[in-house]
Amino acid sequence: MTRDSRPWLVRAFLLVLLVAAAVAFPKVFTNPAVTNYGVLALIFVTVASAWNIFSGNSGYISLGHAVFFGSGAYAMGIAARDWNVQGTTVFALLPLAAVVGAVIAVVFGLIALRVRRHTFIVITIAVFFIFQLAAFNLRSLTGGSAGLNSPFLNWPSSGYNTPFYYIALAFAGATIAIAVAVRRSRFGLQLRAIRDDEDRARGLGVRAMRVKLTAFVLSGAITAMIGSIWFYYINQVEPQTGFDPLFDLLVVLMAFLGGYGSITGPVLGALIIEPGTLWLNTQPQFSGGYLSEILLGAVFLVIVLFVPRGIVPTGGEWITRLRTRGRPAVVPVAAGAATAGSAGGAAAASAASPAGATADAPPASRASKGGAR
Amino acid sequence: MTAVLRTEGIKKAYGGVQALNGAGISVDEGTIAGLIGPNGSGKTTLFNVITGYDRADEGQVHFAGQVITNAAPDKVFAAGLGRTFQLTRIFPRLTVLENMLVAAQHKRQQRHTVRQRAMDLLEFVGIDRHAGLLAGSLSYGQRKLLELAYVLVADPAVILLDEPAGGVNPTLINLIADRIRELNSQGKTFLIVEHNMEFVMGLCSTITVLESGAAVVSGPPEMIRSDKRVLDAYLGADLEEEEPDE
Amino acid sequence: MARELIHAIVDGILTGGVYALMAVGLTLIFGVLDIINIAQGVLVILGAYLSYSLSTRAHIDLFTGLLITIPVMFIIGVVIHWAFIRRLRGTERTSMTLLVTYAVALIIEGILYKAYGADDVQLQASYTTSSVHIFGFYLPWIFIYGFIVAVCLVVALYLLLYRTRLGRSVRATMQDENAARLVGIEVNRVAALTFGIGVAVTAVGGMFFGATNAFNPNSGYDLISRLLAIIILGGLGSIGGALAASVFMLTLESVVTIWQPTWAIAVFYAALVLVLLIRPTGFLGRKAVRAQ
Repeated sequence: MTRDSRPWLVRAFLLVLLVAAAVAFPKVFTNPAVTNYGVLALIFVTVASAWNIFSGNSGYISLGHAVFFGSGAYAMGIAARDWNVQGTTVFALLPLAAVVGAVIAVVFGLIALRVRRHTFIVITIAVFFIFQLAAFNLRSLTGGSAGLNSPFLNWPSSGYNTPFYYIALAFAGATIAIAVAVRRSRFGLQLRAIRDDEDRARGLGVRAMRVKLTAFVLSGAITAMIGSIWFYYINQVEPQTGFDPLFDLLVVLMAFLGGYGSITGPVLGALIIEPGTLWLNTQPQFSGGYLSEILLGAVFLVIVLFVPRGIVPTGGEWITRLRTRGRPAVVPVAAGAATAGSAGGAAAASAASPAGATADAPPASRASKGGAR
Repeated sequence: MTAVLRTEGIKKAYGGVQALNGAGISVDEGTIAGLIGPNGSGKTTLFNVITGYDRADEGQVHFAGQVITNAAPDKVFAAGLGRTFQLTRIFPRLTVLENMLVAAQHKRQQRHTVRQRAMDLLEFVGIDRHAGLLAGSLSYGQRKLLELAYVLVADPAVILLDEPAGGVNPTLINLIADRIRELNSQGKTFLIVEHNMEFVMGLCSTITVLESGAAVVSGPPEMIRSDKRVLDAYLGADLEEEEPDE
Repeated sequence: MARELIHAIVDGILTGGVYALMAVGLTLIFGVLDIINIAQGVLVILGAYLSYSLSTRAHIDLFTGLLITIPVMFIIGVVIHWAFIRRLRGTERTSMTLLVTYAVALIIEGILYKAYGADDVQLQASYTTSSVHIFGFYLPWIFIYGFIVAVCLVVALYLLLYRTRLGRSVRATMQDENAARLVGIEVNRVAALTFGIGVAVTAVGGMFFGATNAFNPNSGYDLISRLLAIIILGGLGSIGGALAASVFMLTLESVVTIWQPTWAIAVFYAALVLVLLIRPTGFLGRKAVRAQ
């Protein structure tokens, strides 16, 4: 038992440390250029985690989450302009962003979630372009290519970033908590079953459409809310920034870099990539934009081709391999041991099965059906 | 005895091929029924139609007093009809125990009870030691056992097995047959598609022979064994030589 | 009004022919490799820039230039397959290839920005400006020439697929990769060649696109979203479907442009969404995965 409780304690301690560090960050680094990195990184932690709640668990990769992000921003901008909302009361409009995101997700999902996975990706791209086009063309609503400005917040300019930092931190924390809750719930299990074999899951009573749609709506609502926060923070939204194809790719890249489907993966990915790209854009040799684009594409290629499961699971595997080297692998008993990685699991299986009473034909025998008689 | 599962005049065509042509079968409650026939006679297609994986062009499926024709797979399962697949389909990136819990979702019991029941069933089929492993790391035979076990979690009244003995070794075949008999004695009804004649003849009380998408004859094993039409259509060829793979 | 309508329809059919060529490349790649090549759009633009360089720097005629750009694009396709696509394996391969080809698209786009800048350019030749007078309206010759070349190439592709040994191998691989392997088809070689051919057609598409539209390195997004809509509508992997859907969609867009120029492209996607609501596999899609 002590074997189990110790890692738990270590983990709790690390978590407290992390939260403390996150809270203390703007107190230590008061330079707005630095806190700016913090705010945007946390916004992307939220987006990547929200994306992962749907895509990471269900295996339906969305390349259209900018639809929610941009719609959240525009919904706020339009509401604040038309209802003449001023000052900090604008934050009372946040639930509206969530509703807008959820409604879009329902309609979008009812169409896009009917098709096979790879067609889904393509549909998300198509829907994304419809939204960008609408933002350009519905001039009376969206302000056309000039975009919208956010209501003025008369916060002191010296510590302007700090409240945004804590708001973004709260969102990031809440989203991670939701991701953990989903992961542990029956709902999350159903989503992961859909990822592995959707038809089979349906045959075991999983209402696949309902489960997928719920996750999509949850993910979309969160993304829309953080989109509206981003809008207040940046002070404006334009069609090409609110509905940015690079945004979609960045979010997917964050999740893949860290570890697609895991909780910590997208968080880590966002914390690496967002400050990274922000820093690159401040460097004079990258100012044209195209070099950072090439670099982004190259990083993406390297990740997908060489560490497709992300640095968190792959790293975890290495650690497990190092730990179990030289002694028999321990069969993980806890149901939540999925993150233990398949390397340890496969080793344990091969160690266990020859001795077992149920030792039987290897998988290769599938091909010779008649042979077993 | 009453028929718990019955199909009437099921027709299904793929392009120009008539996979099912008026297939009618009937399974009595509490029995182990067999469904045999040459390759391409429509056995798996009939399973797919019954369980909602394929739509029937014509005909009806009756189950426990309801008409479930073309109901979605999740509805069919919720009604109490579970199935396995010829090539086993498990969830490779979930643990063995998690695989069991996917099907447990219609139960409103405590989490603990569901888990306990899942573990009991894993023990019943003899793979409880692997509960914490990823299902993708199981051997083929273990996957077959897992598939049988997770179908049982939700306690379906009728279980459709598609080639439970296909591609597994004789020891395991006996284990599977034992488990089917034991479940049957507890009141579960089975409908089994199988190429292994010994397995079917030894296990089933009624056997239906399907040929070109229609049921040609139905009766107890002794009768099927001696029926001339069956010998001509299927058994004769099969007993003399290996049938080609599907 | 009626004249405008006829003009729009003729325009749509002629442009649709060229889109058909690009879409056939894309759907062929999907059919053989189970890959959706997001880079197809930017590859078309790359093809357009190649033609642009040949005509402005070396003064080579656009159509003659195709003799150079087609093989170049073919080689680029084979290289992309060899360097990136070939390495992907596993259950989520199709989804992964989408991401990989997206990344490839980004890199190519970045390179194009570096080489050519962000300003719009357009291909110029005598036939892009001079027109023929038919049914009471003027039609630039490039539309007619482009259509003829596209139709010839589609026919050539058809003959290649249905009349040659390579074509048989490609079709066998499309139907069942494992079975194809068993009868001795070198699936990897077929895949590389298919990817090369699928990309080579963008040279023609790019030349035509560049001669009828102003373009910049960013124009690939617009193109790829159209092409994707076309091949999904036609049914992924269906060559006939891609042909029919190209002509249908481009005609639809062209007709809608008469009344609603800014929203025409939305109609394009709306048609896609509508069709998917009715038939998730597209009009002429390959049969949904077999029962098991």
